[in-house]
Amino acid sequence: MIELEGLTKRYGEKVAVNNLSFTVRPGIITGFLGPNGAGKSTTMRMVLGLDRPTAGDVRINGKHYDQLTDPLTYIGALLEAKAWHGGRSAYNHLLCLAQSNGIPATRVREVLDTVGLSAVARKKTKGFSLGMGQRLGIAGALLGDPRILMFDEPVNGLDPEGIHWIRNLMKTLAGQGRTVFVSSHLMSEMALTADHLVVIGQGRLLADTSMADFIAENSRSFVRIRTPHRERLLDALHGAGIEVVDSGAEVLEVDGDKSEAVGELAARNQVVLHELSPQRASLEEAFMQLTAESVEYHAHDGQPAGPVPPQQQQQPQQPWGSDWKRG
Amino acid sequence: MSTPQPPTPQAAPDWHPAPASPYPTYTSPIPVVRTTLVHALASEWTKIKSVRSTMWTLGVFVLLVIGIGLLTGAVVANSSSDLAGESALSLGFFGLLLGSICVITLGVMTTASEYGTGMIRTTMTACPSRGRVLTAKAIVFFLVAFVVTLVSATLVALAHVAMLEGNGAADPTGTEWLKGTVGVSLYIALLGLLSLAVGSVIRHSAGAITIMIGVLLAPLVIALFMFSESLKDVQQALFEYSIPNQMSIFYANSLSESGPSGWDPLWILLGVTAAAFAGAFALLEKRDV
Repeated sequence: MIELEGLTKRYGEKVAVNNLSFTVRPGIITGFLGPNGAGKSTTMRMVLGLDRPTAGDVRINGKHYDQLTDPLTYIGALLEAKAWHGGRSAYNHLLCLAQSNGIPATRVREVLDTVGLSAVARKKTKGFSLGMGQRLGIAGALLGDPRILMFDEPVNGLDPEGIHWIRNLMKTLAGQGRTVFVSSHLMSEMALTADHLVVIGQGRLLADTSMADFIAENSRSFVRIRTPHRERLLDALHGAGIEVVDSGAEVLEVDGDKSEAVGELAARNQVVLHELSPQRASLEEAFMQLTAESVEYHAHDGQPAGPVPPQQQQQPQQPWGSDWKRG
Repeated sequence: MSTPQPPTPQAAPDWHPAPASPYPTYTSPIPVVRTTLVHALASEWTKIKSVRSTMWTLGVFVLLVIGIGLLTGAVVANSSSDLAGESALSLGFFGLLLGSICVITLGVMTTASEYGTGMIRTTMTACPSRGRVLTAKAIVFFLVAFVVTLVSATLVALAHVAMLEGNGAADPTGTEWLKGTVGVSLYIALLGLLSLAVGSVIRHSAGAITIMIGVLLAPLVIALFMFSESLKDVQQALFEYSIPNQMSIFYANSLSESGPSGWDPLWILLGVTAAAFAGAFALLEKRDV
């Protein structure tokens, strides 16, 4: 369990993390979501005692990180890709970590096997691809077989097979009763993996809710209709007391799960329908709405490049919208 | 200690979450160890020997010390020059002076390169006691640097004594042997240790190496260009306390007759290194990684 209490980090004038309080519980995957520059990595570094908080407190199973004598068996972390010396082999990199925590050397082989790097164990990590680097980072996190795992953007740079592997790995780890805390800037990714959701923007807590609640609250369901007999359908819908949200040229939208009602109504009135499809507003949109304020504030801050505009976050790798409903 | 079961999540399908507590918890079969400095030392030893740059810098060091040592020995032995009772050990100085740049480089790299690669975050996550990490690095590096220097310097000294018997060199006394091998090796290793502390403060390999080479050579070079009479005293002090001159004191052939003598250079460098480490430890605790 990770507990944050009023955690704050200031770099000069800039507040990177602002009074964050939440708890990461065991047995589930907690997604840590926020746009780029929201303070996710800073928060994770403070959990690991790498950055000193300006104010507030963070505890791991009730202890400060620097009170853990063999931290790798408590908490394993993947912080950033390639946080190691490129001239060292994967085996030696993991070996020196294992030694520092008194973990048996046999464990190095096991984690290399788990992440599928056994074949390149003796190769220098310099030549590793981004995906191989992520796997080595995850091997380091698993080394101490810890109760808590923390992954910072684990799917970055992974191919679809790798992404699939990470998702299943996280689910397996959480299923074993471990605490899994994973950050991402992709709502779509979180929707597929996380059970609980912590959203931050501008270093402030925006939401701390279960994934199911977030979906229920934030995804509007509606029915999308296209018809060449627009006026007749509008009259019929109006007559039946169904409210229509006219969403431009060809398309009509009706709030709620009313596709059956609309279809039957159209049939009764002999209206031709070209499309009648139940829809849900994307979670990505909900996420963007939630963080819009903080992102906007950022953009007005006079910073040249600014954060990634929301549009760019809107491109998930897969048409995920259908996927999450199954899960 | 029982053999740990393969605790990988995927390789161990027979594992189940421990039964109910308020939250499900996971118990690892890996034995919990209370880690000490010994663990950190083992880790740093693995680190220092598993990168090629260590082998390179130490290899070049040995090559310089022994190569230049044998070369100067051969030149002097084949010339008609008479050492007139000087100790043969003093010829080892030139190789060690150049070689010290390698030790400085290795010392800086031991700490600073971790900041360049990002390894430091992994290291500090594995061992949250920052002081312990720096202590372990210092001990491992010092022992490596001292042993390698001692072996090279002793080999060169033995060779010189054998080569220069016919040139009127005096047989070195016990103290001369001690100073020309152990003494100068301690000095070089300490110089490397100072570099390690500087690397930890600067956190940038190239910057820290530049500073240390400046410390090594600048006082002598600056002193060379101090022609003004009014700066005579400053010039004298720069000469006497420059690292090359202090190194030469171990061979009793100082550039000047005043200034530090005997084992003084070692105590001076020890004081400077201790101060640098005090600063390095304080900054390490204070700064973010």
